[in-house]
Amino acid sequence: MAERERRRTPPYGGVFIARSEVLDSAGVRRAVRRMAHEILEANQGLTDVVLIGLQTGGVPFAEAIAEALEEIEGVAVPLGRLDVAFYRDDINLRPVLPEADTEISDDIDRKVVVLVDDVLFTGRTIRAALDAMMDQGRPRAIQLAVMVDRGHRELPIRPDYVGKNLPTRRTETVNATLERVEIGEMER
Amino acid sequence: MKHLISTHDLGRADLEQLFGLTDNFARILERPIPKVPALRGKTVVLAFFEDSTRTRTSFDLAARRLSADVVNFSVSQSSTRKGESLRDTVETISAMSVDAIVVRHSSSGAPQQIAQWTDASVVNAGDGWHQHPTQALLDAYTIRRRFGSLDGLSIAICGDINHSRVARSDVDAFTKLGAAVTLVGPKTLMPSDLSGWPVTVSSDFDTVVGEVDVVYLLRIQQERLSAGMFPSVREYRTRWGLTTERAARLKPDALIMHPGPMNRGVEIDPEVADDARAVVLDQVAAGVPTRMAVLYSVLGPGQFDDDGMTEAAGGPDLEAEAAPDRTENHVEELNR
Repeated sequence: MAERERRRTPPYGGVFIARSEVLDSAGVRRAVRRMAHEILEANQGLTDVVLIGLQTGGVPFAEAIAEALEEIEGVAVPLGRLDVAFYRDDINLRPVLPEADTEISDDIDRKVVVLVDDVLFTGRTIRAALDAMMDQGRPRAIQLAVMVDRGHRELPIRPDYVGKNLPTRRTETVNATLERVEIGEMER
Repeated sequence: MKHLISTHDLGRADLEQLFGLTDNFARILERPIPKVPALRGKTVVLAFFEDSTRTRTSFDLAARRLSADVVNFSVSQSSTRKGESLRDTVETISAMSVDAIVVRHSSSGAPQQIAQWTDASVVNAGDGWHQHPTQALLDAYTIRRRFGSLDGLSIAICGDINHSRVARSDVDAFTKLGAAVTLVGPKTLMPSDLSGWPVTVSSDFDTVVGEVDVVYLLRIQQERLSAGMFPSVREYRTRWGLTTERAARLKPDALIMHPGPMNRGVEIDPEVADDARAVVLDQVAAGVPTRMAVLYSVLGPGQFDDDGMTEAAGGPDLEAEAAPDRTENHVEELNR
């Protein structure tokens, strides 16, 4: 999500120039399927598993993982969406406006929540998401699935499921969608 | 947005953005833990130089729901009673490094003046006859919730327009959002000069009442009666009150609104106040998320400064050099 916010909000405003494609849509699909299998394996099934996509970049990946899980197990996993704007620690540093809805219909008490995001970078979005989840209830466990782990963590946060490990420079930008994962820079 | 002094400072896009935030906060208020850490570490002073229980409580709750620290500064306890000037009072509050001052004052223009004496954000919670912007926001929000939008709606504001900051703020907000506003009331309670007001004026409540989507009643204050602006409470009710008979001629889906506190039997009949079309409590309920949206806008993203913040927010670039060096070839390797 960090990447996407940066692209839209004024100080980061600019055009993303892709330098190279890391995964194409088939590659993304394979990674999503693998993550679905890993989630099944780690939790020995889908009992009590809830997927929550982080607004806005994580939501399509949460949907894609849910779809893959349904194909494999024939079970529809509860799916939610979370916007962490009000939980961020950088509200004073840049404009933070909620981009989309938070919708967690199911009671998450005693559930295994799998947070899903597109790109894991500093870990601050996930820190905010953890706090937001705690205000919604008391899950039995929270796990993290990300399409891309690009490194540069600023907090002790590690993903449980990774679509692609991608070493990057801090100045680079990663764009991850269901169609492709690409690496590039912001042109101002 | 650094301050919120008047609805005149807000364009339609700002209003829409505030409504979006209000929607967000309204949903948070429905949760088991109706609180977010968005303004943790911020201090909000409620400086009410004029009494108001509702507005103060609403702002107080709004600030707490955002995890801000709240300090109540009330006139009865304060040094203004001991002869301190407004400026000294404000400078004293600012010296304690607070982040926002919510001001209610009986003099028009006081919040504007205070904003020049402090570095804190100033939010107007009602000044004299001038403005009450958060009331206008919550009123427009309440209407918008019912009708989806104010575009094309016809709204009558009835009563003591001249002495009403609510009317001034509402007229501005409603018309900016695309509604047509008709002012209704005795000539003695109309502003003497209405040029520049984007409204129509009527002195015949009976004609207006059947045509509008919203009837907004203003509170009639006893001191206007003593000043001879209308002959008697009974006469006011007969000509300008929303009586049961008038309410029966309202459209079935019309809204009846009032900023409170209501004088039942004067501007609104007791039965009408309890009519299913009356949304007075919805207005009160909209107050907290609306004020959360305002506080969040002046203390959160509004503080943002175009230059200088980019580096801090984007993550220090110092570490870029320490990051593993990676060439184009490396990327290609990763692609394999």
